[in-house]
Amino acid sequence: MSVKLLYFAWVREKTGIGQEQIDLPADVTTVAELIGWLKERGPEYESAFEKAHVIRAAVDQTHVAHDAPIASAREIAFFPPVTGG
Amino acid sequence: MIRVQQRDFDIGAEIEGLRAGRTDIGAIVTFTGTVRDSAMGARVSQMTLEHYPGMTEKELERIEGQACERWPLQASLVIHRYGPMQPGENIVLVITASAHRQAAFEAAEFLMDYLKTSAPFWKKEDGAETGGWVDARESDDTALARWGPEKKAAE
Repeated sequence: MSVKLLYFAWVREKTGIGQEQIDLPADVTTVAELIGWLKERGPEYESAFEKAHVIRAAVDQTHVAHDAPIASAREIAFFPPVTGG
Repeated sequence: MIRVQQRDFDIGAEIEGLRAGRTDIGAIVTFTGTVRDSAMGARVSQMTLEHYPGMTEKELERIEGQACERWPLQASLVIHRYGPMQPGENIVLVITASAHRQAAFEAAEFLMDYLKTSAPFWKKEDGAETGGWVDARESDDTALARWGPEKKAAE
């Protein structure tokens, strides 16, 4: 299944890209599993997701926890805790 | 109403726009967030705000919807800027209008507390000594906690 991944702030700087389209492996079913899978893709991903516990995620533009399912997601975003306002 | 924009806003004009032709409003509260020239003792020469187009608007609308459910607001407006900004410039504007002041005061604080912890914006400071992404503050989570358990977007 094809899904769009987006990265923001220092997660974007570390991965080196703002967004990409990937084919999600069938055995990757949660946000946490996706983070684990991404970390295997290269040193830039390993570095971006090193402190996985501080990284926030959104599935289809809604905040979710790391145990959230991603089966029907079209868009998944990863970013640091927000600092607007 | 919510607006996400790169350009500056005119606080007076926004208030006038909100109250134009209305006689039911008895109280108007505004909050303006601006760029400081220092952060933890270090000089900040410029700040850049990144955001998540699409989700930002969705989150701001959700937060505004919650404020309207909790307080009898007659009008509300949230404007948040993105892009590069200099010290002294406006970042965010919240206006709430109600028949009596308490609802307007509380709703404005609620909107800012929720915005700071859930709207997908990230600040990056540029300066001689600083120069980096701003860390989230624990005090923002504490401020949020006083409004009770958050209603999930899905509810």
